[in-house]
Amino acid sequence: MSLTNNFIKEKLTNQFGEFILGIEESYGMLSVTVKSEVNLKVLTFLHDDAELSFNFLTDLTGVHFPDRKGEELSVVYHLHNLVKNARLRIKIYVPVEKPDVYTATGLFSGANWMERETYDFFGVNFVGHPDLRRVLNVDEMDYFPLRKEFPLEDQTRVDKDDEMFGR
Amino acid sequence: MQEQLNINLPEGSIEKQTTRLNLGPTHPATHGVFQNILEMDGERIIKTESTVGYIHRAFEKIAERRPLYQITTLTDRLNYCSSPINNMGWHLTCEKLLGVKTPKRVDYLRVIIMELARITDHLICNSIVGVDTGAYTGFLYVMQYRELAYEIYEEVCGSRLTTNMGRIGGFERDFSFAAFQKLEKFLNEFPAVWKEFENLFNRNRIFVERTRGTGAISAERALNYSFTGPNLRAAGVDYDVRVHSPYSSYEDFEFIIPVGTTGDNYDRFMVRNAEIWESLSIMKQAYQKVQDFKGAEAEVYHADVPEYYLPEKADVYTKMEALIYHFKIVMGETDIPAGEVYQSVEGGNGELGFYLITDGGRAPFRLHFRRPCFIYYQAYAEIVKNTMLSDAIVTLSSLNLIAGEMDA
Repeated sequence: MSLTNNFIKEKLTNQFGEFILGIEESYGMLSVTVKSEVNLKVLTFLHDDAELSFNFLTDLTGVHFPDRKGEELSVVYHLHNLVKNARLRIKIYVPVEKPDVYTATGLFSGANWMERETYDFFGVNFVGHPDLRRVLNVDEMDYFPLRKEFPLEDQTRVDKDDEMFGR
Repeated sequence: MQEQLNINLPEGSIEKQTTRLNLGPTHPATHGVFQNILEMDGERIIKTESTVGYIHRAFEKIAERRPLYQITTLTDRLNYCSSPINNMGWHLTCEKLLGVKTPKRVDYLRVIIMELARITDHLICNSIVGVDTGAYTGFLYVMQYRELAYEIYEEVCGSRLTTNMGRIGGFERDFSFAAFQKLEKFLNEFPAVWKEFENLFNRNRIFVERTRGTGAISAERALNYSFTGPNLRAAGVDYDVRVHSPYSSYEDFEFIIPVGTTGDNYDRFMVRNAEIWESLSIMKQAYQKVQDFKGAEAEVYHADVPEYYLPEKADVYTKMEALIYHFKIVMGETDIPAGEVYQSVEGGNGELGFYLITDGGRAPFRLHFRRPCFIYYQAYAEIVKNTMLSDAIVTLSSLNLIAGEMDA
């Protein structure tokens, strides 16, 4: 039996009803937004349920939406059921002032570095992570560079005089 | 004298203190782009601390300002041993977002190039495993065919390592006669060479004893660590993006997914070997299919997407629309439709994913690369725990670590 998006939707709605903030389908992939405090419950349910068994974490990343007040940071999980070949996207939103999210490292060992990367670039605080340090940037860095308030350098700037690189 | 802390010494150890060792230089990247600091009890590893990120180039940030076609050059630099796969993966992501349907001939040409790239990727990895176990000959011998493969890239797109190959919708030009000639040469000569390489290793006692049973990871742990690609298949899980979510008409080809059983270094080596044979078979099938096209179909090399595909230069000088599109594409003035896409391809190392969010502007709002290397390398500490130093070196190369892909 194959897992259809409708079936997953029904199953999740039955289990988590009021915790689900939105369900959409983009380009064939079901995308479910849940309240940030139940992220681990949802992931555990998806992981352990015999019919769903989304036990492969494909990807975990963050997104910064500076315009969404109170839910600026988003954490996106891409899950995969390898046997029935179904993919699912789970999203949560947290305020940038208090970006606390429960860690998924207890379920997926692979989430360790993915969460460290998300912390590194977005400052999402994964509560319960065994080793939440920066992974790609230098340890001394005191900001989170993939947030939108850090623009890339203006390509047209002329105040920089560099003899070696000629600009 | 620096004070030594010997809290880590296991019971029964004959050592007085642990030794801290910076592993390398073995793998080319241990010369500086990443570190493994080992805590050793004699020759046994008791703890590994991996430091990565020395060549992080903030591609995800840079991509937030670039129009789609300029991001192709960023993807080259992820897994630079198989850049064309990354390029095609990115084009496929854009095509999915824009709803572009590519002609069959484009798909088959892409398959040829992607499988060629997979061969070069596996070829490097496996021959480096040979080098690390003491057999340099195989590495140098097969390298001439990587050179030939790079010449094919050169004929197709003009460059060799960071290929920037193809465009949204297809290729920038049709494959030249020389490209097909070199492809035929590759298909004719490479199998015999690879057979020789296999004869050198597969049942070589020294090689087998160095690799079998070392650096093993179970299927459960590999899945839990989100392994993909040959490393996962070596552990016995037959997950391959080409079969699970076919892209670029992979469903038209007959091939098998080789799997291992124990997930050790030897299985990883053998899975990559077997995949090279499968790739060769796919390339032959694809080349046959390309040759079967007749008439106008045999000259198609891109889809009709005027808003994203640069028009012919002659048209730019003579036609109004072509000039407009040329200008808009080059200046990056085309607004991308808003959407959220995840597209993955089977890269040399596993599932290479592109998670793209657009908000209707000229550049992506957010682009995230799922780099298989970054994800499976975190298991290294667990794999080499309580093994000998010499096994850790072979494990490092047989996992196929590409620093460019790890750091993005």
